[in-house]
Amino acid sequence: MSRLFSFWLTHRAELATLVAQHVVLVAASTAIAVLVGVPLGVFASKRPRLAAPAMAIAGIVQTIPSLAMFGFLLPAPFVGGVGARAALVVLILYGLLPIVRTTIAGMRGIDPAIREAGVAMGMTPRELLRLVELPLALPSILAGVRVAAVVGVGSATIAAAIGAGGLGEYIYRGLSMVDTTVILAGAIPAAALAVLVDTALLGVERQLSARRRTRRFGRLFAATAASLAAVALLSSAVAARRGGGAVVVGSKNFTEQLVLGELLAQTIERQTRLTVDRRLNLGGTLICDRALLGGDIDVYVEYTGTALTAIFHQPVSTDAASVFDTVRSLYARSGRTLLPPLGFNNTFAILVRGADARARRLRTIEEAARDSTRWRAGFGYEFVERPDGFAGLVKTYGLRFPGPPRVMDLTLSYRALASGQVDIIAGDATAGLIKGLDLVQLEDNRHYFPPYDAAAVARAETLLRYPDVRAALERLSGRISAADMRAMNYAADVEHRDLAAIARDFLATF
Amino acid sequence: MPDPAIEFRDVSFARPGRPRVLDNFSLAVGSGDVLALVGRSGAGKSTLLKLINRLLEPDAGAVVVEGRDTRTWEPIRLRRRVGYVLQEVGLFPHMSIGGNVALVPQLERWPAERTAARVHELLELVGLPPDQFAARWPDELSGGQRQRVGVARALAADPPILLMDEPFGALDPLTRAELHREFRRIQARVRKTVIIVTHDMGEAFALGDRVGVLEDGRLIALDTPSAVAASADGRVRQLLDALPAMPRVS
Repeated sequence: MSRLFSFWLTHRAELATLVAQHVVLVAASTAIAVLVGVPLGVFASKRPRLAAPAMAIAGIVQTIPSLAMFGFLLPAPFVGGVGARAALVVLILYGLLPIVRTTIAGMRGIDPAIREAGVAMGMTPRELLRLVELPLALPSILAGVRVAAVVGVGSATIAAAIGAGGLGEYIYRGLSMVDTTVILAGAIPAAALAVLVDTALLGVERQLSARRRTRRFGRLFAATAASLAAVALLSSAVAARRGGGAVVVGSKNFTEQLVLGELLAQTIERQTRLTVDRRLNLGGTLICDRALLGGDIDVYVEYTGTALTAIFHQPVSTDAASVFDTVRSLYARSGRTLLPPLGFNNTFAILVRGADARARRLRTIEEAARDSTRWRAGFGYEFVERPDGFAGLVKTYGLRFPGPPRVMDLTLSYRALASGQVDIIAGDATAGLIKGLDLVQLEDNRHYFPPYDAAAVARAETLLRYPDVRAALERLSGRISAADMRAMNYAADVEHRDLAAIARDFLATF
Repeated sequence: MPDPAIEFRDVSFARPGRPRVLDNFSLAVGSGDVLALVGRSGAGKSTLLKLINRLLEPDAGAVVVEGRDTRTWEPIRLRRRVGYVLQEVGLFPHMSIGGNVALVPQLERWPAERTAARVHELLELVGLPPDQFAARWPDELSGGQRQRVGVARALAADPPILLMDEPFGALDPLTRAELHREFRRIQARVRKTVIIVTHDMGEAFALGDRVGVLEDGRLIALDTPSAVAASADGRVRQLLDALPAMPRVS
């Protein structure tokens, strides 16, 4: 508990920024969902044939998991990509359903005699809507806004996966570092925010039904929506301005990538006059690749073997030099430059508990394969899918596991192995947790795994515009050994040191 | 009657798939007259009123208001010249009493002071002291008080015509009698052209300068109250006999 408070204390500036980002994301998306959803609901309520299909579509949208929704949106023009804009689009889509639904319900709940009285008094349809229908439907609409805002606070944590910031940053960072404190540092304020939003909006609702001074509340409501929209516009303007003249550094969502992202960012900051925008913690290889292709990020660190198979869908190769050349020329065709390798090879590491390895005197995968029927396997999503992953491994070593592998988050699989829930996992060779959790890497004696040399890949356009950036990045080439990387990962994952400090200390040794 | 304010000329009207509500129906109401129409439930009384403010349009024939066919009236303009008091009052629950009465003047974009003065005047007229009632809410009022507000609201923009659909139907007999007196007092001052529809022959006799009896989409009687009371028509007598006691007719 005291670790949590000291984390908040040392990160208070960052925490404030993340809370602000979170609030802006939710406020802006809810405001826009209101501005779109209420007219949509009003429109649908007057056309019953439209209402049912509209609700069905909105309902289906709601059931798409948010991470999958980000995946769908990645290649989309304008609304897609990574960053706050794509996150806003997803959050708006989620907010629409409750608002449209309660608007329709509110409009349908109005006594027909009241509506007829308005028409008979000579109200135009617009006057009827403004003076009678909307005020009477308002309590119901507000209930929908409350649901949308509370759900939005929760969904916005996912937005960190595409670099939109918010409290999800801590949750993802904590998951990648297997550090409960960091997870809680994000989860607790997010939960508190949800409760706060719920209570505040419930208060407004109660006030409203207690005494129907709707005109005043109508104005209050309009003012709130307008100011929320203003906040959204302002913040997007600020974000757009910050984007100009800055180099955007990305990274995937595990510790080593976060450390490497910091290393790239600090190197650029030290060696050039440019500012750096960090979009660290993006949710995976393909998200980073699309982001780089779309110009949302300028540079991130990729691994040659990953690029070869997962990005370019080429057959697996085990020759490090030829893999590097192939990948570099494939990148060049799509306007991207692969810089010289950083110096370490982050190949897959087949890991078992140290105790098991010592008891059975295991050294290689082949030795473990002899009694593979007793190993319960747990693999990350990516490893199960990749052509150079699970299927080939099984074939090469003739593995016969007792059941299908448990599929789990890569970073959680280390913990699962250490705590005995599984017996064998595929981790990263440079993972600090290998040392921290007393795990042992089995040697790939049949050379199944292709090389995964780490190298920065950048947009060619960025390197041409800022030659300084290229020079700065090349300073890192060949300078990071596997031991360096494992030590930095260990510092982050096990010693829970600050990522920026780890990168700063390492660069100081140059 | 040289220049009727409201006139039905051979009007027929039917709801789709239902028997005709009005069949070759003709009627003229002079300016400043109060016509009370009596009929059973479902006799087409409300339909008749809705044809006047163009909530409905006739299938055949014409409804003429102030010398113009309703179909040539701009409906919004027409409705603001025709006050409408509904059966269940239809006060807007989210507006104060003052707000309800001020509504049509506001729609007509009257200056604020003029509207405020008009609300004050009308609440006085219907016997609800403005300083006690203007700021209150519909659900705080008794049925009779709400009915008075309904009348005040209908009169707000000083329309020449007033339509009243079972305006006092839901009230207890004492309150109803009180409101009947109030109505005659108010009408003596404002002199509107009024059509009241009711299923209650007693109410028709109490309020109408003339009484019409509606049955099967036709007028079977239309005359002064005393003449209708003396009618020999069997169908009219049936309605009269349903009354608990013959009202004294002045």
